Amino acid sequence: MSGGNYSMDKKEFDKILDLKKVKPYGDTMNDGKVQLSFTLPVPCNDEASEAAKQLMKKMGFEEPQVVYFKELTKGFTFFVCYGSCTHTVDFTNIHVPKVESNVMSMAETDEFIKQNIGRKLVVIGASTGTDAHTVGIDAIMNMKGYAGHFGLERYEMIEALNMGAQVLNEDFIAKAIEIKADALLVSQTVTQKDVHIKNLTELVEMLEAEGLRDKVLLICGGPRISHELAKELGYDAGFSMNSYADDVASYIAQEMDRRINNK
Amino acid sequence: MNKSKLGLDQKKIESAKQIAKNIADDVQDFVNQYTTVAVERSLCRLLGIDGVNSNDIPLPNVVIDQVQENKSLSEGILFFLGNAILETELNPQQIAEKIANEDFNICKLPIRDKASIEKAIMPYINAGVEKIKKNVAIRNEYLSRLGEGNKPYIYVIVATGNIYEDAIQAQAAARQGADIIAVIRTTGQSLLDYVPYGATTEGFGGTYATQENFKIMRAALDEVGEEVGRYIRLCNYCSGLCMPEIAAMGAIERLDVMLNDALYGILFRDINQQRTIVDQYFSRIINGFAGVIINTGEDNYLTTADAYEQAHTVLASDLINEQLALLAGMPEEQMGLGHAFEMDPEMENGFLYELAQAQMTREIFPKAPLKYMPPTKFMTGNIFKGHIQNALFNVVSIWTQQGIQLLGMLTEAIHTPFISDRYLAIENAKYVFNNLKNIGDEIEFKENGIIQKRAQEVLNNAHALLSEIDKVGLFDALEKGLFADTKRSKTGGKGLAGVVQKSENYFNPFIEIMKGGNK
Repeated sequence: MSGGNYSMDKKEFDKILDLKKVKPYGDTMNDGKVQLSFTLPVPCNDEASEAAKQLMKKMGFEEPQVVYFKELTKGFTFFVCYGSCTHTVDFTNIHVPKVESNVMSMAETDEFIKQNIGRKLVVIGASTGTDAHTVGIDAIMNMKGYAGHFGLERYEMIEALNMGAQVLNEDFIAKAIEIKADALLVSQTVTQKDVHIKNLTELVEMLEAEGLRDKVLLICGGPRISHELAKELGYDAGFSMNSYADDVASYIAQEMDRRINNK
Repeated sequence: MNKSKLGLDQKKIESAKQIAKNIADDVQDFVNQYTTVAVERSLCRLLGIDGVNSNDIPLPNVVIDQVQENKSLSEGILFFLGNAILETELNPQQIAEKIANEDFNICKLPIRDKASIEKAIMPYINAGVEKIKKNVAIRNEYLSRLGEGNKPYIYVIVATGNIYEDAIQAQAAARQGADIIAVIRTTGQSLLDYVPYGATTEGFGGTYATQENFKIMRAALDEVGEEVGRYIRLCNYCSGLCMPEIAAMGAIERLDVMLNDALYGILFRDINQQRTIVDQYFSRIINGFAGVIINTGEDNYLTTADAYEQAHTVLASDLINEQLALLAGMPEEQMGLGHAFEMDPEMENGFLYELAQAQMTREIFPKAPLKYMPPTKFMTGNIFKGHIQNALFNVVSIWTQQGIQLLGMLTEAIHTPFISDRYLAIENAKYVFNNLKNIGDEIEFKENGIIQKRAQEVLNNAHALLSEIDKVGLFDALEKGLFADTKRSKTGGKGLAGVVQKSENYFNPFIEIMKGGNK
C-alpha cells in the first residue's frame, strides 16, 4: 500500500456535507461508498481478483474490495465489489435542461385546452424503427396508462393515435400528415449499439425535408432519452424514466398554447 | 391430473374445449382451401432446394416468385416441380438453379398427367420426410444417452446479433444450467418475406434466423451437451411471414423448440390474419412431425392489456391454440402453451392471483409443457426489486409444475442480457426450484378461498369469451379487438397478396404423411 493512502481508517475525512464536493454516501457522510458488479474476460483465480481491484483503483476507488467472484464460464469471471469513490461533484453548479411546463392533472389539462385552444389536440405516437417494444408508448398513450396515470386516449381534449411498434419513420410521417397531428411522440425503449440515435435523427431530417418540422411538436421518450439529448437531436422535448401521460399532456397543451397564441 | 386443487368444474373445462374446437374447426374449413407463398417455399425447402441466386435472393423465393408471376400458384409448386422433373430429368435443386440461371419457365412446360406428376415428385418427398425422421432419431438418441434437465426447463435467450458470439454465450449458459437456448431474432425479420441466407454477424436486438445459423448453434449446443451431460434444446422463432419455411429449416437442422403462433403475428406484428393462419397450419404439421415443442405467445397479450382484468383472454387463446395444434396433428406433449406472470407488483395479493392462474393453466392442460413467461411490464430498472420479482415468478413455476421457464432478467428493459445477468437469473431459478421442489405436492388450497375463487372466475370468463368468439368466428373476433385490446381486420396487415386458393390440381402429400405422426 502506498503510504496508507488507501486505508480509510487512517484517513481523517471531513464528515460534514459540502454541496460543492458531493460524493456517494454509504453510512457515513463523505465515505464515498459504491457497489458495482462487472465481468472480466479472464480465468477465475487470485490474479483475476487482483485485476478487478486494480481496475477499480483506476476507476477512482480507494479501498477496492472484491466481496464475491465466480467463474461464469471458462475464461470469464464475475465480480461484486465495493469501493470508496475519490471523485466529487459540485452540486451547486449543475444545470439540467428541463421541459418547462407546470404538470397538470388530466381534468386540468382538458380544461386548459378547452379554454386556451378551443379544439381537440391531435397526438400521434409510435415506437419507431427496429424497436419492438410498445411498453413506453403504451404507458403514455393507452387508455389505461401506467401506475395510476391515465393515458392520452383517456383525455377528452386529446385525440390520440398509437401506431404501436416497429413503425417506419416514413409511415409515421405519412400518418401524421393524414390525421393532421399537432404533436408527434416517438418512443425508443430497448436499443442496441445506439440505433435509437440514428433513428431519432433520421425522423428529424425527414420532417425537415418535408417542410414539416416547424409545424409540429416533436417529442421523444424512453429510458435512455433525456431532455438535453432530445434538444440536441432537434426535438422540442424529451421525457425519460418516471414520466407519465400527465407530464407529456401538460407540456403539449402549454406549448401548443404558447405557439398558437404567441405567448 | 387427479382431483382439481382449485375446485375447477371438469364439465366447464370440457365445454370450453368443445367451444374452442368449434372455433378451430371453422378456421380449418377456411385453411383447407388455401395455400400461401410461404407454404410453397417451405415445400421447396423440404425437397432440398437451398442457396441463393446472383442477387442473393433465396432459391425458394426465385422459384415461387416465378410461379406467382405466372399466376399459377394455385396449382401448387409440387405440381410444377413434378412436371418439370418428368420433362427435364433434373432434381428439384437443379431445376431451381435452372430457373435462377437460365431463361427457364417452370409453368410453360407441356403438362403431363397428374398421376405421373405425383409419382415423379414422391421420391423427393419421401427423402425430405426421411431426413426429418432421422433428426428425430438423433434427438431421441441424445435424450436417452445424455438425459435432459428437470422441468421446468430453464430457458434463456442469447441476442448478440453475431451467431458466433451467440454460440459462446449459449455454451456459457448451458454450463451454468440452461436447458433451452433461444436465439432471439433480429428485430424486423418477422416482416421479411424471405429467409436470409448464410451465417450472419450483424443484427439489431438479435440474430437473423438462417439455416446456416441454425446449423452453427446446433453444433455448439451438441458439443456443450456432451460436456455437461445434458441434451441442450435449441429454440427459434417460427413466426412472421416465413413461418412454415422456418419450420422446415428447423426440422432439417434439428431445432427442438419454436415460437409458433399466428395470433401473435396478427396482433403484434400486424401480419394478415388469413396469411398467417394458413401458414401456421402447415408449420405446425412440420413441427409436430419433427418433435418440436411449440410455444404460443399469449403472454404478450398482457403487455398491452391488464394482466388481472384480461387473464381470461390468455386462457381462451390457449384453448383455441390447443385445438388448432390438434388439427395439425400435434401431440399435446409438444404444446408449450403460453402464459405469464405480469400482474402489477403493487397489487394486494397479486402473488395469490398469479398462483391461481398458473395452477389453473396446469390443470386445464395437464400434458402440455406450458411456457411460463417472466415479468416484463413492471420491470422498472430497479434491478434489485426486479430480481425479487423474478424469484416470486420462479416460486409460482415450481409450485405449479410449469414446463418451460423463460427466465426473467434483472436488467429487463435496460439492455439485452449481459453474460452475468444470465448467470444471476439461472442461479435464482436453480435456488428456488431446488429449495421448493415438492411444495406443490404438500400444499393444498383453502376451499372457496381467494385462490380457488379466482381460478374459477377466470375459467368462467374464458368460457364466456369463447362463446362470444364462437358466434362470430375467430377472424371477426380479431376485428372486434377481443384479444390484447388490439383490432385487426381480415384484409388488413402484411402478406395478404401471398395467399391463393388451391385449384383442383393442388396436392401436398406432406400433410397426410406428417399428420400421421412419426412412426
